[in-house]
Amino acid sequence: MRTATPPRTKIKKVLILGSGGLKIGQAGEFDYSGSQAIKALKEEGIYTVLINPNIATVQTDGDMADRVYFQPLDVATVEKVILRERPDGILLGFGGQTALNLGLELDQTGFFMKNGVKVLGTPISAIKITEDRELFKRALDEIGVKSARSRAAATVEQALAAARQVGYPVMMRSGYSLGGLGSGRIEDRSVLRKRAAEILGVVPQVLIEEYLEGWKEIEYEVVRDIAGNIVTVCNMENMDPMGIHTGESIVVAPSQTLTNDEYHRLREIAIKTVSHLGIVGECNIQYALNPITGDYRVIEVNARLSRSSALASKATGYPLAFVASKLVLGYKLHEITNSVTGTTSAFYEPALDYLAVKLPRWDLNKFKLSDHHIGSEMKSVGEVMALGRSFPEALQKAVRMLNIGASGLTHHPFAIKEPLSEIKEATDRRLFAIVDALESGRTVGEINRLSGVDKWFLQHIAVVVGLKKKLKKTKLDKDLLRELKLFGFSDNSIAATTGLSENDVRRLRLKFNIRPIIKQIDTLAGEFAATTNYLYTTYHGLSNDVEPLSKKSIIILGSGPYCIGSSVEFDWCGVNSVKCLRSHKRPTITINSNPETVSTDFDTSDRLYFEELTLERVRDIADFEQSEGIVVSVGGQISNNLALPLHKFGYHLMGTSAEAIDRAENRQKFSSMLSSMGIDQPEWQEVTTLARAKSFAKSIGFPILIRPSYVLSGGAMNVVGSVEGLERYLAEATRLSPDHPVVMSRFITGAKELEIDGVAENGKIRIYAVSEHIENAGVHSGDATVVLPPQRLYLETVRRTKEITKKVVGELGISGPFNIQFLAKDNDIKVIECNVRASRSFPFVSKVTGYNFIEIATEILLGEYTPESYHTLELDHVGVKSPQFSYNRLRGVDPVSGVEMASTGEVACLGDNLYTAFYNSWMSTDKRIKGKNIFLSIADDDKHKIVDEVRDLHAAGWSIMATSGTHEYLKSYGIPSRKLFKISDKREPSVVTALNKHQVSLMINIPRFQNGPHEVSDAADIRRTGIRKDIPVVTNAEIAKILMHCLSGKPEVHHEPRSWQEIVKGEPGPEKSQ
Amino acid sequence: MQPSRLVVRGGLELDGFSPSWQQGQTAGEVVFNTGMTGYVESLSDPSYAGQILVFTYPLIGNYGVTSLDTWESDRVQVSAVVVSEVSLNYSHAGSEESLLDWLKRQNVPLITGVDTRMLTKYLRTKGTMIGAITYGNSKVNLPQKLPVSKVSIASPRTYNPKQHKTVILVDCGTKLNILRSLESYPIKIKRVPADYDYTREDYAGVVISNGPGDPLDYSKTVEIAKKALELGRPVFGICLGVQIIGLAAGAKTYKLPYGHRGHNQPCMDNGEHCYITSQNHGYAIDARSLPSSWEVTFRNLNDDSVEGIRHKTKPLFGVQFHPEACPGPTDTAWLFKSFVDLL
Repeated sequence: MRTATPPRTKIKKVLILGSGGLKIGQAGEFDYSGSQAIKALKEEGIYTVLINPNIATVQTDGDMADRVYFQPLDVATVEKVILRERPDGILLGFGGQTALNLGLELDQTGFFMKNGVKVLGTPISAIKITEDRELFKRALDEIGVKSARSRAAATVEQALAAARQVGYPVMMRSGYSLGGLGSGRIEDRSVLRKRAAEILGVVPQVLIEEYLEGWKEIEYEVVRDIAGNIVTVCNMENMDPMGIHTGESIVVAPSQTLTNDEYHRLREIAIKTVSHLGIVGECNIQYALNPITGDYRVIEVNARLSRSSALASKATGYPLAFVASKLVLGYKLHEITNSVTGTTSAFYEPALDYLAVKLPRWDLNKFKLSDHHIGSEMKSVGEVMALGRSFPEALQKAVRMLNIGASGLTHHPFAIKEPLSEIKEATDRRLFAIVDALESGRTVGEINRLSGVDKWFLQHIAVVVGLKKKLKKTKLDKDLLRELKLFGFSDNSIAATTGLSENDVRRLRLKFNIRPIIKQIDTLAGEFAATTNYLYTTYHGLSNDVEPLSKKSIIILGSGPYCIGSSVEFDWCGVNSVKCLRSHKRPTITINSNPETVSTDFDTSDRLYFEELTLERVRDIADFEQSEGIVVSVGGQISNNLALPLHKFGYHLMGTSAEAIDRAENRQKFSSMLSSMGIDQPEWQEVTTLARAKSFAKSIGFPILIRPSYVLSGGAMNVVGSVEGLERYLAEATRLSPDHPVVMSRFITGAKELEIDGVAENGKIRIYAVSEHIENAGVHSGDATVVLPPQRLYLETVRRTKEITKKVVGELGISGPFNIQFLAKDNDIKVIECNVRASRSFPFVSKVTGYNFIEIATEILLGEYTPESYHTLELDHVGVKSPQFSYNRLRGVDPVSGVEMASTGEVACLGDNLYTAFYNSWMSTDKRIKGKNIFLSIADDDKHKIVDEVRDLHAAGWSIMATSGTHEYLKSYGIPSRKLFKISDKREPSVVTALNKHQVSLMINIPRFQNGPHEVSDAADIRRTGIRKDIPVVTNAEIAKILMHCLSGKPEVHHEPRSWQEIVKGEPGPEKSQ
Repeated sequence: MQPSRLVVRGGLELDGFSPSWQQGQTAGEVVFNTGMTGYVESLSDPSYAGQILVFTYPLIGNYGVTSLDTWESDRVQVSAVVVSEVSLNYSHAGSEESLLDWLKRQNVPLITGVDTRMLTKYLRTKGTMIGAITYGNSKVNLPQKLPVSKVSIASPRTYNPKQHKTVILVDCGTKLNILRSLESYPIKIKRVPADYDYTREDYAGVVISNGPGDPLDYSKTVEIAKKALELGRPVFGICLGVQIIGLAAGAKTYKLPYGHRGHNQPCMDNGEHCYITSQNHGYAIDARSLPSSWEVTFRNLNDDSVEGIRHKTKPLFGVQFHPEACPGPTDTAWLFKSFVDLL
């Protein structure tokens, strides 16, 4: 080990910018990088200040940064925090593009310089080069490195000239507004002349680019220190060639199809380029590589930690973010210890003796009308990474990790009508289309021609397809079973093909002594002894690298991939549970499959299995480790679903019994339990025929909430308002049959929704927190704006929900975390749902109340909890949690919240009153209001709700625009507004014109109650246009009301940021504490 | 494919599969390489002559066998190959045959389906060992000692004949990329056998190449190198070449427990600048035995072993790693220029 010399920096206090709520393109990976940065800085005795409104992250925990600001990541806020905290350094590279852009903006105004804040790591001048296409190209030209040629053209002549320079064939792209219309390969002059003329008639500009589709896409992760020492930590190859965003691509590490010459030529260019740019810290460089000629183009350099660097870090075991943090402080690479081996330094390039496969996780089914094609823009919401010693092994693992109902490549739930077309024009299920095409006899060569996917990958998939065929025809003996396992088949897939049960296959497998082998990730391919606790399993091996950890060890099941409904909050729960267990001296074993997490960090648990969260694999690991118990209640729904089967096979679950979990999860059982206890719930019924559906509808009346068990298209859940709506929905969206029942329940309108998050011990509540939703019932709780403590509930309501909670908790005998959701209308309280596990809101309630609910839950699971009293209702502050949507990434989606969850993340802010907390929280979801011009279009039912607020806004100097109905309504109350025509009116002044002319700075567009699964209307188009123009769009009346109140200059909205430590912990502010 | 077995001294036996043409028994010193690409270059690297090469990266053969100009000699040099999974389907536009076909053509056996990580850990703990590949139930006779492998050109040959300055390339089993690297400069190269005495000839400098085995087995080459060092014209040693220079200067060499074989060996120079290097050696120079007129120029960051030496006043130097790369990183290719600049 190198002796670390003291850092060469006098920096004492550092501000770190986080990345905010999870959204498409920017997920939990920045919790990983930010957390590592904070740890690395604290180790140096540096005082750390963090701004990040993402309350569900580990980095915003009380034991991480010295000061945490749950505040919007905007220039005004950051300036205020800097003036308040007076840091001498700032980190811009650990909070994604959000932090980087903010840093650039702040630097532009000279704010950093004026206030003595040093940007640590890569200098701003270098960041600017990497962010500006022209500067970047020029910098690469200086050192003779090739970049992709691209020219903008506004006329046909310019387009022709550009193409002459770029060289045919070219890629022509039209502007964003047309949805990619007109993009495509152009062979020659005459075609370009014709096509450019067509497109330029509609858009002002086209881009003529070098045609690189079909080139391999390769990426290198690079670290460099102040002395210029530089290594490429990892390279990665996209299975999907150029044309599909890296975030949407299947990625392998290391590259598989590159020769030594290609690998090292690109590595050399990476070193040359990154050195020339003067990067200090971490960056990545992306290439296009021509598979025939070996020619290359540099596509881009990201001068910051990224999704790819998180992946590279987990794929290799090299702690990139941690090392990068030390580098920006002035350490040299050889002065930093390789924390995995403990013996070597950070100046080395990991040698892998396995491979990693990343698959993106899409959730496009959750968005109605969303286009399933993938391409140059990101649509995926998360990812998984699988490790193995063969490509099929790792790929099949990754498929299962996605948790989309596929037990392997050849066992997926999709009915793909035209696989070839989905292979050619890639969709989110192209991988399975490839499998289907191969199964139906298409050749590897054919698929390679259609997709550009290298044959090496396809041939492996073809072998898997062939093996399934073999299994169908051959008796399952020892040799075949071993062969199937070597190629990544799950017991489940084998069972499905042979007609055996999963457990039969397992028993047979164990009888033949076919078990996965446990191997370490040691970063050096076994060349040096390593103390690493980072593990994976493989069938390509004979000997385990490790012994079982300890009889006292506890296995924690992680959250799996981020998707809609399961996001970074469950990683927070897992990590906090591990922290608590370790503080109680219990050896911890984490199983998780998501590389964008803190729970999969090398230093989080005593042991990490980067593995599938499937019954088979959890059993494999539990059998090997012989642990004391398994925690299923902190990882969200994936781990919760494993409770019953694990229990059935005799594994000990910590906390609430599997039967109780089942009683809460099983609709029928839960309902009869509530009935027997005299607790009210909305009427519901499971139906399998249309006649039954109609008669039930008649008995309870509309509107009705429908949950199908089988989804054809559109969202899974929906609300229907009439018999016609019901019929249409059942015909279009689902397949009603005895095998595919539909659950119908009464949809209660105008009710308030509230939640209780809590922790119980043997059926007794130990701590709980009541929160209320700002939106009325009907908005999914994951998309709701949540207030804690409640500000508008009657005490009686609170008291009665608590009584019900007590009864339910007692009846189920809960030991551990739980969450119950209620509807309250006119003093009438109904239970909608009960989760006997940690819920999405656990980090929120923990941080707002100042009591760590997960810690309490974990101590209860251990039986080491000492009761205390907690105050969660009477707080001197208010917390408001807001959903973060990613509508701007999903063209064609109507940005209206409904019963199906659509948000990809969340943020929360604290304030001394509701309005301050709400306003900051709402602003933290990437909202920018540029001006004081509001456009209103309000459904009739909701118009009366907002009149007072509109009047106040008008008085505060806002100019008001409205559609005719709203305009007339406001007029009747004496509020002046400018009338705008709808698109279909085809008259000016129209809404669209106003939007296009940037005359609207805020849009309030409250739709009529939705009727049916598809919303195609003028109003939806207007909302979509608003999203596209980056104008905040509010579609809920209650939110509109409170937002307008905040905007009308009321004195109760405070803008002075205060840290969590001050608000919740009562610590003095920076002036006093220093 | 047929069932086969790798037997390694010390009691380790690993089952695997081999192409059906293979037969008999193939013995060699079992060594591992941690590179993740570049198997064509490694397999044709003469320094591996007589060795059974284990690849720690599990998937070998993915891109087939690239064209002759990527080979490091005109044939496969290793005596056998051990992998976890050999690619049955290769894919690359620049490749002409599969790894298995190449090995068959070159009559070099392979065993696949081996837990190469387990084997690597065994070699790391016990040191490199003699081992053999065998088939069926045949009994294995592991030799006590292996014959010394020597690879060298039979008679001198000249490259870039029109150039004036002559550089002697002492071929102890030179990798062709050393030759290619030198050829890219305006110098005449006279490639000579390892025991060829060039010291009375008119030359501007000497490059002593890599090669297989123990430097102590190269006494004639060391003798000649001694004279060259005294003559004082530039001498540059690579891998085995630096060990020969070390011995010629009066230093001692020793066997490393399991050698350095891979593309990620970190080295630091005296100015605290670090390089990632490609390496393939089982012996090293003992720093303490270096005469006072010499100094260490590079050290291995992992184990502090000597990675480069130079004479304090004369243009005599060498490195333990491979500045010519192939396989591996090209970070230290500048050393060739440094050498040429001295001529």
